[in-house]
Amino acid sequence: MSGFWTLLKRDLLLQVREGGAVGTALGFYLIVVAMMPLGLGPDLNLLSRIAPGVLWIALLLAALLSLPRIFEADDEDGSLEVIATGDLPLELATAAKALAHWISTGIPLALLAPVLGLLLNLELSAYPVLVATMLVGTPAISFLGLVGAALTLRARRGGLLLALLVLPLYIPTLIFGIAAISAATGGPSGFQASFLILGAISLFSLVIGPVAAAAAIRFQTQ
Amino acid sequence: MTQTNTAPQQSLTQKLANPTRFMQLSGTLMPWLAGAAAALILYALYLAFFVAPEDYQQGQTVKIMFIHVPAAWLGMMGYALIAISSFGYLVFRHPLADVSAKAAAPLGAAFTFLALATGSLWGKPMWGTYWVWDARLTSMLILLFLYFGLMALRSAIDDEALAGKLCAVLGLVGVTILPIIKFSVDWWNTLHQPASVIRMDGPTIHPDLLWPLIVSALGFSLLFFALHMKGMRNEILRRRLRALTMAEVDRARGVSAPAAAE
Amino acid sequence: MRLSVKHLVVDRGARRIVDDLSFAVEAGEALVLVGPNGAGKTTVIRTVAGLIGVAGGSIALEGGDAERELPAQAHYIGHLNALKPSLTVEENLRFWAAYLGGGVVDGAAIDAALLAFDLEPLAMIPAGYLSAGQKRRACLARLIATPRPLWLLDEPTVSLDAASVALLAKQVGQHVAGGGLVLAATHIPLGLASERQLEIGMRSAAA
Repeated sequence: MSGFWTLLKRDLLLQVREGGAVGTALGFYLIVVAMMPLGLGPDLNLLSRIAPGVLWIALLLAALLSLPRIFEADDEDGSLEVIATGDLPLELATAAKALAHWISTGIPLALLAPVLGLLLNLELSAYPVLVATMLVGTPAISFLGLVGAALTLRARRGGLLLALLVLPLYIPTLIFGIAAISAATGGPSGFQASFLILGAISLFSLVIGPVAAAAAIRFQTQ
Repeated sequence: MTQTNTAPQQSLTQKLANPTRFMQLSGTLMPWLAGAAAALILYALYLAFFVAPEDYQQGQTVKIMFIHVPAAWLGMMGYALIAISSFGYLVFRHPLADVSAKAAAPLGAAFTFLALATGSLWGKPMWGTYWVWDARLTSMLILLFLYFGLMALRSAIDDEALAGKLCAVLGLVGVTILPIIKFSVDWWNTLHQPASVIRMDGPTIHPDLLWPLIVSALGFSLLFFALHMKGMRNEILRRRLRALTMAEVDRARGVSAPAAAE
Repeated sequence: MRLSVKHLVVDRGARRIVDDLSFAVEAGEALVLVGPNGAGKTTVIRTVAGLIGVAGGSIALEGGDAERELPAQAHYIGHLNALKPSLTVEENLRFWAAYLGGGVVDGAAIDAALLAFDLEPLAMIPAGYLSAGQKRRACLARLIATPRPLWLLDEPTVSLDAASVALLAKQVGQHVAGGGLVLAATHIPLGLASERQLEIGMRSAAA
């Protein structure tokens, strides 16, 4: 397991040193959310009603932008092959990379969401729920996105293809993420049920993501 | 001794399912399968237009069901076929499994699209609009996206062997997530649309409508299998042609398969 | 310890790259694969490193650590250097030492590795600033930072000058003298006493 933490620490250090990627994702998130009132009109009632959906969909798109980077750099400089010859099973190595993606991209995006909620007139009472829901839901985005990143590593038009492969997989997270926030702002469904299911989806992706990604990587180093 | 890699022995099923034998078997089976499919579908159409009664609420439009329901069913079965083939390819490494998965994808997508299109046409007189975000239709739409993803991934990777393996991984990931997607879409639907708008099939169906539906479903299933078999035959022939072309290229360059000796 | 490759068959796509290749590398021996481009030297090394699946035959490290897979007992040096441009030479080396060594980093081994490839003046410089030859040396230093019995070297001398090749030859010599195993593919002879060559070639079209 020590190799797991070594790899995680290196990926986070690289994010800090090379910078840029997180800032780009946050900037994209901000712009997409800011485009909504411009497209739909500045009706505050309408905006506060659609705020949970807008915040989640924009977050998915922003996270999608950063997914190809998970394996790209390591593949280009040969690190991926050396990682494959380590003691650490490739499943855990890919899990470490997904965890690094979640810490460096998922958490910052989730923390930016309440600020963007201000722009959409989201009810103040919904803020703690918004952050909690996104922190619980975003691991699924990193770990399911990991599969897409691994599958499209050697593909032509990789980035576009990645979106096509991964977005349908995000539908359950999207539905229950929005349902949980809506429940907290007086929506029809129970908060607890949606929140627990959201957590279950994330746990499920924690298992299936690294296994599928490791299989895909193995096929491609050959 | 720390690591040993040994080539797997060919099992009995592998011998039975070798491509040459498959070509022989499918060649004799094809005309019968296609003929039976055509006969059943024609009979189903006859039943639909001349025998089955009109629905007292829906009128003639209820007969869209005879195409819509089998198409939806085969759209889903196509993905199940892909999942089984993917498993067979990854676990048993059988090349025919990859051929089967590749042939099933456009076919499943076509039937899923047919289900969506007929559902939309049926929806116009029923709901007054071509598209309603009904739970079933939405799930079928997402299924269509999964088919698109599989076909796009295969076309985006130049190395065909690699493309087959990666599509198999995606097929298995898709089939494990599909039930969760279905569940979440149903949840979402009950949240936003408490009452089910229309009952598309189910146990309350009138017996006079049930019989044509069964015949139609059987006919379209045979059509699916005939097309799938034809697709597999085409793919096998295409691969043989490619292997011959590659051998020709090697011969032109003056090298045969590189070999090594001590 | 003995690396034993028996009746190895490797396919890539529809092509058979390696057909019935058998050889063995004894402890204290360096085996150099020679042959024309496309003969399958890289394929053989990558297959032993576990990066390519075999279509037939067996690969085993007899007398090795039974608890660990063969690739985890081998250093694989490929065509690419596996260096991160934003990390310093020492940070790169420490990462690989920790990752390949199971989390344990031996500070003395890191220093020895830097010294072995004359990298001490460059230790604190980000790898992105290095020349091609310096990057290759920083990559090769991995061999010393984590002890592993089997070295798999695929064209290790690429972009190295004569002095650096001599540094590498010295390290390979010491590794072999200490009972290590080396399987290499290289155009430039390392000039070792215990070096053995294995010719892998191609059959002619007429054959």
